[in-house]
Amino acid sequence: MNLEELKKIRERAQKDVELRQKQARIRVVVGMGTSGIASGAREVLKTFVEEIGRRNLTDVVVTQTGEKGLASREPMVEVFEEGKPVVIYGTMDPEKSKRVVVEHIVNGKPVSEYAIEAM
Amino acid sequence: MMDEIASHIMDIVANSLTAQAKNISVVIEKCVDGPLLILDIKDDGVGMDNEMAMKVQDPFFSTKTGRKVGLGIPLLKGTAETTGGAFSLVSEPGRGTQIRATFNAGHPDLPPLGNLKDTILVLAVGNPEVNFLFRYKNSVKEFILDTAEVKDLLGGVPINHPEVISFLSKYLDEHL
Repeated sequence: MNLEELKKIRERAQKDVELRQKQARIRVVVGMGTSGIASGAREVLKTFVEEIGRRNLTDVVVTQTGEKGLASREPMVEVFEEGKPVVIYGTMDPEKSKRVVVEHIVNGKPVSEYAIEAM
Repeated sequence: MMDEIASHIMDIVANSLTAQAKNISVVIEKCVDGPLLILDIKDDGVGMDNEMAMKVQDPFFSTKTGRKVGLGIPLLKGTAETTGGAFSLVSEPGRGTQIRATFNAGHPDLPPLGNLKDTILVLAVGNPEVNFLFRYKNSVKEFILDTAEVKDLLGGVPINHPEVISFLSKYLDEHL
């Protein structure tokens, strides 16, 4: 497997509009400050990235940001969806992240037990 | 201390991203003819003047409002020096910043390299507007990933498209 194989994806994109565009219905932002990283934020981000790949969630974008400001609740994840209030999750880990993907992102029901109160 | 060198990489790169870097290079090199492990992270972000460059090495300084500590750089510096290595930070306003940390690979306090694959994957895919050049070199191989090249090969397909994520994940598993 080498990088040239990316061209196959590009060739298919000529025919498949969905491959070319990526409308983000949902944006997932993982806080990645020093204390977040020390408490596992990278693994949380990896889980979201992996699930997007596995489940082919073409309308979900995941990115990172800096310190979120609540060191005792890190790793923190914000889920933005147009027309809905942002949901902020605290003390996340890979297992909880998978549950958020299934219940909130795919099925539209935020996991309230992981959410923290809006500031 | 961070558990892994890879965590330090995530942390320092987070600074580069905050500094609005568009191009970030990360080089990890395990020297062939000695115990040295080199970590070199360079960005083209806003950079800092000499005074700021000194301040960021102080654990009680932070650029974040309302924070009393900024530990990322001091932690890396501490790890490097504890293991008998060295730390340097070079920066110029408007040009960018380069951080270089060396470690004595034989030292008992050196954290493991850690999960480089995941680190590279999440950085490349989680920051699609930024170009990363990753280089890992040890005595048996050299691995290079240039996300600008990846995006070029992809044409207009975004680097964070699920198919590309799956591809990159497998590619990293196979080659790194």
